[in-house]
Amino acid sequence: MSSPRKLKLNVLRYDPRKEGDEPRMVTYELDEAPSMTIFIALNEIRRKQDSSLKFDFVCRAGICGSCGMVINGRPDLACRTLTSQFEDGEITLLPLPAFELIGDLSVDTGKFMRAMSERVESWIHDEEAERRELTVLEEPMDPDTADRIYELDRCIECGCCISACGTARMRPAFLGAAGFMRVARFEADPRDKRTAEGWYDLLGDDDGIFGCMSLMGCEDHCPKDLPHQNRIAYMRRKLVQSR
Amino acid sequence: MKVVYSDVLVVGGGLSGLRAAIAATKRGHDAVVLSLVPAKRSHSAAAQGGMQASLAAAFKSRGDNEDVHFADTVKGSDWGCDQDVARMFANTAPKAIRELSTWGVPWSRVRSGDREVVVNAERVTITEPADAHGLITARDFGGTKKWRTCFTADGTGHTMLYAMDNKAIELQIPVHERKEALALIHDGGTCHGAIVRDLVSGELVAYVSKATVIATGGYGRIYAVSTNAIICEGMGAAIALETGVAPLGNMEAVQFHPTAIVPAGILTTEGCRGDGGLLRDVEGHRFMPDYEPEKKELASRDVVSRRMTEHMRKGMGVPSPYGDHLWLDITLLGKAHIDKNLREVKEICQHFLGIDPVNDYIPVRPTQHYSMGGVRTRPTGESPGLRGLFSVGEAACWDMHGFNRLGGNSVAETVVAGMIVGEYVADYCDGAVVDLQTSLIQGFLDRERGRIDGLMARDRGENAWELRDAMERIMMEKVGIFRSQEPLDQAVEELTALHRRSRNLVCRNRVRSANPELEACLRVPRMLKLALCVAKGAQARTESRGAHAREDYPERNDRDWLKRTLARWPTDDDDQPTLEYETLDIMKMELPPGSRGYGKDQTIHHPDTARRVAEIDALSAQQLDRFELQQRLNPIELPERLRGKNERVGIGYE
Repeated sequence: MSSPRKLKLNVLRYDPRKEGDEPRMVTYELDEAPSMTIFIALNEIRRKQDSSLKFDFVCRAGICGSCGMVINGRPDLACRTLTSQFEDGEITLLPLPAFELIGDLSVDTGKFMRAMSERVESWIHDEEAERRELTVLEEPMDPDTADRIYELDRCIECGCCISACGTARMRPAFLGAAGFMRVARFEADPRDKRTAEGWYDLLGDDDGIFGCMSLMGCEDHCPKDLPHQNRIAYMRRKLVQSR
Repeated sequence: MKVVYSDVLVVGGGLSGLRAAIAATKRGHDAVVLSLVPAKRSHSAAAQGGMQASLAAAFKSRGDNEDVHFADTVKGSDWGCDQDVARMFANTAPKAIRELSTWGVPWSRVRSGDREVVVNAERVTITEPADAHGLITARDFGGTKKWRTCFTADGTGHTMLYAMDNKAIELQIPVHERKEALALIHDGGTCHGAIVRDLVSGELVAYVSKATVIATGGYGRIYAVSTNAIICEGMGAAIALETGVAPLGNMEAVQFHPTAIVPAGILTTEGCRGDGGLLRDVEGHRFMPDYEPEKKELASRDVVSRRMTEHMRKGMGVPSPYGDHLWLDITLLGKAHIDKNLREVKEICQHFLGIDPVNDYIPVRPTQHYSMGGVRTRPTGESPGLRGLFSVGEAACWDMHGFNRLGGNSVAETVVAGMIVGEYVADYCDGAVVDLQTSLIQGFLDRERGRIDGLMARDRGENAWELRDAMERIMMEKVGIFRSQEPLDQAVEELTALHRRSRNLVCRNRVRSANPELEACLRVPRMLKLALCVAKGAQARTESRGAHAREDYPERNDRDWLKRTLARWPTDDDDQPTLEYETLDIMKMELPPGSRGYGKDQTIHHPDTARRVAEIDALSAQQLDRFELQQRLNPIELPERLRGKNERVGIGYE
């Protein structure tokens, strides 16, 4: 068997809680294994080379959204990125910008996403719902409507769209594509009784849907290929019409 | 000393923990949820295929009801489950799914009219009834009589978890993220909360509560290859075990899922086979009908995993650099179906294997998947060893799964147990008075701080990750799908030695704040304790039941082994757990032990079985309606709001 390829991982290291620590790039070298992902590579570095290296993985299957990071300049999910796709074997990893840094490649997306959910009131608004008896047949729903809601409900809150967004980088209060997609998801749901007027109150300003500069970094970098461009345009039209 | 007070402390932010917190909050008790990760990243999100509930709306689901679901669950468990709990579960599942429907889960719906489905490798047309149009539909899963698994494409866990967490946000339930419970605060009789480490700042905080709910999921990561998320390290069960008084139940009951991809170990849903996918060997031959002519690929998970392993042992596996595997073939389902209903599977295949399952076979192998064992609880969810300590979901051995869980019954359990146990938690809080000495809290806080100091002070010692790797390999090789005496003896001995060595770990990275090595040092000794509970329980159980398959004891032995293993770890100086047993009373069973209908029935029956069958036959002859019959055979308690009969289309409340 031929000897394995050497991978070179350049990783941003910085621990904001460590006195005197400065952000710096550190290069790690390791042997590539077949089917190796960035998840496997980083764990191997942590176990064998530097036990202080911080990063976040949970499902390691591309469904939980924990491991967003900037991989050779593009925000993406590290767990499902195979090292074999990098021709020269060199991979540069940075933490996602626009989120609070915990350390190295670990950022606090949780706080951001909870605030987003609170801001757009990310739940079904229906005063009748809590009074429904659980023993009776559920309300029927058109099968196509259910499928359409699911399409928009597939966001995994990884934060890649926020990190790829020019407006979010300039304007910290900007809601961003994850928030717009959440609104689009509830707007498509007949169980939610909010009106166009209500959506306008949530989104109808420069920190909301009218702040978007249409750079469409969200559309380009969404690991779930959600229809950001389409839904942002739709919500804009809808909100303009509501006035 | 920093102390956070609440009525209810929920450890774990997945489906079951959130649902229990919601129940307690709605009853007026304030709940705090601790989570290692943002709640929406919990492993519940990984459930792909669906949730079982006997709604009986779709054509292939008609005739289903709680009784059929109950019977499937009990048979699936190989009669190892608690039948009271299985009944409580089956009767409540339709309510749980309807509640989630009002909370926003976009359940896939019945479309009336003709549609083509694949059944037993053939395309057949079925006609969905007009009166069911728009109601929640269901797909087929293994080990079920009816199509009962409700779903949203293959992202069911995701949509359920998002709806649940959104509901918790609506109710303003605080989720304290990146927090790890290191120890339960207790006085030997009552649990008063937990000592918690902030994984970012490193601070130790005492969370004091009337009721504490462990909802931390399974312990799959004690195995080297598991479908579980990497956070499924069983820490909730471990801190319960470390109280010395709260027992763990049936830890040796570990499920292997037939179809995880090779080598990554990532799951492809049972929905692949439920929707018509097939298993093939190195020659492309569909082998399951040779072994299980009736249920074929849709036999129960434990059965399919064993048959696959048997077939590979005969040399029929596909060789690969990572060992042999078999093929999962979903090509016959067609692109449109895969793109719509199996899209997560398709994405996983594309990213991790570089293949398209529309055209290519998927390399799969049975892989550790689910922990039937966990914190032993009563049907109310409360520990029999520690008042005020509750557990729900995969972390618990509430015991609706016995020795094998049916696909689709896991996410169903999370939300149903959360509903039911959440009410009992609220009942407990209604009556509980907090009466404790601050010295008790300080004592636990000092102990945990002392552990961390010890790890940091040592100059030389063991490496946590090396011990962990050794443990994972032992579990894979010696406590796997097929088990027998000699490897189990070796496993217990080797794990005991590793556990001793784990008392001398060293943390080279001496940072008190965010520190992954310190986390490993704190977890590995606890994981080793769990691994020992699994291995020792398996070593002692000289029978085969469900997922616990002993090659040297192939028969299910109801005469001697119709009992639940309870593992305790009395003091920290102990090297091994202490095992005790809790007998399952056949004379109280609604469904007495019988054959599951796979292979040759080798059961050694218990003398009570025939007596109970005769009793039930006599009662059945009285022509009672099914609700009355159940109440006579298996009188269960449920919280009042969950007691009503469930409506079904076309038949009302029959």
